Amino acid sequence: MAGLATSLGAGAATNSLAQIPELDTIFLFGSNPTEAHPVVSLYLKKALQNGARLVVADPRKTWMAARADVWLNLKPGKNIALLNGMINVILERGWENKVFIEARTEQFGELRNKVAQYDLERVQGITGVEGDKIVEAARIYSQAGKSMIIYGLGVTEHRSGTENAMAIANLALVCGHIGRPSTGIMALRGQNNVQGASDLGPLPATFPGYQPVADPANRKKFESEWKVPLTDRTGLKSVEMLDECVKGSFKALFILGEDPAQTDPDIGHIRKALENVDFLVVQDIFPTETTRYADVILPGASFAEKDGTFTNGERRVQRVRKAIEPLAGMAEWEVMCRISTLMGYPMSYEHPSYIMDEIARLVPAYGGIHYHRLENGGLQWPCPTDDHPGTTTLYTDLFSRPGGKAQFVALDQQESGETTDDDYPITLITGRIREHYNNGSMTSRSLGISELVPEEMVEINPLDAERLGIEHQQWVNITSRRGTISVKAKVTDRSEPGSVFMTFHHRDALTNLLTSSHRDPITGTPEYKVTAVRIEAGGAVLN
Amino acid sequence: MIRTLSMIVDGKEFSFSAGKTILAVCRENNIFVPTLCHDKRLLPHGGCRLCLVEIKGVPKPLASCTTPAENGMVVTTSNAHLTRLRKTVLELLLSNHPNDCMTCEATGDCLLQELAYQFGIRPGKYRGAMWGLPLRQDNPFITFDPNKCVVCGRCVRICNEVVMAGTLTMTKRGFNAMPNTAYGKPRSLENCEFCGQCVSSCPTGALTDTKSRGKGRYSELTRVRTTCSYCGTGCSFFLNVKDGKVVKVTSDYDGPVNQGNLCIKGRYGYDFIHSEERIKTPLIRNTDGFREVGWDEALQLVADKFKEAIAAHGPDSAGAFSSSRCTNEENYLLSKWVRCAIGSNNVDNCARV
Ligand code: SF4
Ligand code: SF4
Ligand code: SF4
Ligand code: FES
Repeated sequence: MAGLATSLGAGAATNSLAQIPELDTIFLFGSNPTEAHPVVSLYLKKALQNGARLVVADPRKTWMAARADVWLNLKPGKNIALLNGMINVILERGWENKVFIEARTEQFGELRNKVAQYDLERVQGITGVEGDKIVEAARIYSQAGKSMIIYGLGVTEHRSGTENAMAIANLALVCGHIGRPSTGIMALRGQNNVQGASDLGPLPATFPGYQPVADPANRKKFESEWKVPLTDRTGLKSVEMLDECVKGSFKALFILGEDPAQTDPDIGHIRKALENVDFLVVQDIFPTETTRYADVILPGASFAEKDGTFTNGERRVQRVRKAIEPLAGMAEWEVMCRISTLMGYPMSYEHPSYIMDEIARLVPAYGGIHYHRLENGGLQWPCPTDDHPGTTTLYTDLFSRPGGKAQFVALDQQESGETTDDDYPITLITGRIREHYNNGSMTSRSLGISELVPEEMVEINPLDAERLGIEHQQWVNITSRRGTISVKAKVTDRSEPGSVFMTFHHRDALTNLLTSSHRDPITGTPEYKVTAVRIEAGGAVLN
Repeated sequence: MIRTLSMIVDGKEFSFSAGKTILAVCRENNIFVPTLCHDKRLLPHGGCRLCLVEIKGVPKPLASCTTPAENGMVVTTSNAHLTRLRKTVLELLLSNHPNDCMTCEATGDCLLQELAYQFGIRPGKYRGAMWGLPLRQDNPFITFDPNKCVVCGRCVRICNEVVMAGTLTMTKRGFNAMPNTAYGKPRSLENCEFCGQCVSSCPTGALTDTKSRGKGRYSELTRVRTTCSYCGTGCSFFLNVKDGKVVKVTSDYDGPVNQGNLCIKGRYGYDFIHSEERIKTPLIRNTDGFREVGWDEALQLVADKFKEAIAAHGPDSAGAFSSSRCTNEENYLLSKWVRCAIGSNNVDNCARV
């Protein structure tokens, strides 16, 4: 979310999901909500029934793309060129919101000069999208009354993921489509509590609430609450910790509830790191690829076994309530308190609600959030004080940047970390399907779901399939610069010629043996969306 | 300017905002009006005629679920005449309903049963032909008992209006009308999303969750409202618990994000909780694999090893990956632990997705 934070001030969606049915124009960018966020898609369907126009930018012909007024079928990863092209069309034709740009933004000149380099012909060449469609999409979006750009992992899971989000903010700002109910930018993220996990501080350069550790005032505040001197040295990002593990200089690592050895890209590198670190603790509810490398495995508690809160994609803090006792006797928060106490820094809380009270004292946006206020539907941050009702729409008056103005960022289309060539001519896009979740450890153990979607398949366009002599349901070998896996083919026109699609939900077909270690340098988000591969019809399973 | 609108219901005055139905105004003010085919997630339908009310100046009773509330209306929701009409509707519905409540999955959570009780309907006033159709269990999640269907159309409407899946349509007419899939094919991924919205809307025991059948009925279950742990939409729902086991997920119609709607993962993806494969005790690596140990031993070892690393190589040699799956409180504590007990800032989201 670093992209939106740079442009607007906060790394979060600007509006509420419940405002979606009021939209007259939807711009869906790199997001397939009918699969990845099904209940959000219900709101979008309501908006469509209410007559909203729909523009979709996606390399795949998704459910929404098939129903769009304009489908911008761009080549994977060419987001910035497309967005710059649209902004250029808008400026050339005078469709921008001059009053808004003047009053509420800065650095417009830089943007204008930059996008002027992205004329239609060039953009068509880079993105593969016809110029007419780009003009039509620019017209529909810029002329909208109430509109949201809703973007997903197709925007963030690229080497230039942060910049992609800034380019989206540029487009919304040029049109003044931000800061009103049913008007703004929504980011749909992958995991359930990405927003909360970012807000509450497991980040190497900032304390909870995005408060830089380098700022002495912040350290003083946290020192007085936590009653211990704190270091001002910025910590290592997860990728850097793994690199240090490989080098041998990182000695002890605690992994809470994640499975990098399956879900991270380029798992060859990850495995080396996990093997190399002296002492690895993994806490999870199921054995995973990652627990295989652990020195100590601690049982986790599922969401049904503990009290707490999650913060959803619209900044709403909601209660998680304990329905049954932790099956292994303890929930993660209790385990953490015990370990810390044994290490000489005592932590103890009677109930997670006291942890939230402590958070409220330290994190201004959560300042008014207490369990007793969350009983009826939760609260959307910022909620700074005990009598604040929470915030449904951000930036109605000011942006949360110094000076209160949003900033344009002039950006160029970057090459993806991976590029296709004669040996690896096809682009593999990875993503999610409705029935499964992440490493599949939960969904594949749910009766019915495992039967419906028991195995990984690669989606391939009929034209490519014919050219390569591949039939529906046939085993194929997919090879990238890092490895080969075998899966069955699913021949469908949901994938465009030249690109294929897979998920990473299945343990027996580790998609991420193929993906690269290229990442967004700012956030560290892996480039899951672009991997160069070749595909060959295979016989039986090869291993 | 917002005009204040008001109407009189059963002798009392209520103000309301424009664009509401009479039923919506009644519900807002806790005035009971019986309904069967109404679901607030759906467009007004007016099929069952149970929600009839009398409006002053209008000769015939009107369905409150489809009639817009108007300024100055005088409405009666209940009198002898309306009760007679409602009883007739219910008697007809029960005339071909299997008298099966004692073994029905939906007992205690069935609108028909509740209304029959409320209006004192006993079976047998009209004796209709029974359907006697077989139970349909042709897919992993949804059981359909056609004999218990009151043909309210809620399943068909929610599948088409809200989900836009088009799985269900009303087939045949009159007595034989019945919701069904195209060509009567079993629900599969080809034609259905398995979101279970149809089950959540069904007012009777006609549609039930297959995985939960026989695992406990309404009065035996404890319902705990919570937030879905799968995606960032943050849908709210009830975990239904019996004897320390989660046996079902049911809709929270007041959920701020989802109004009772869910997807396949939220509604049917819960049985991992009690999976046999759960890690049940702490495990410590030894030469030939892992050894089961108690919490005390495991946590002491973790604390000692971290302390050792810090003592020998400094606090920057240790750290943690947090989880976007865990709660806010746990993420906060992990961060606090690294900064306070380890003394570094080596804490990060593992995969930022
Ligand atoms: S489960 Fe969902 S998609 Fe399938 S029939 Fe029911 S409402 Fe329709
Ligand atoms: S199955 Fe249930 S919801 Fe559908 S028509 Fe019959 S009673 Fe109504
Ligand atoms: S029910 Fe489905 S859409 Fe809702 S939060 Fe859970 S996974 Fe997401
Ligand atoms: S609820 Fe109004 S007619 Fe059925």
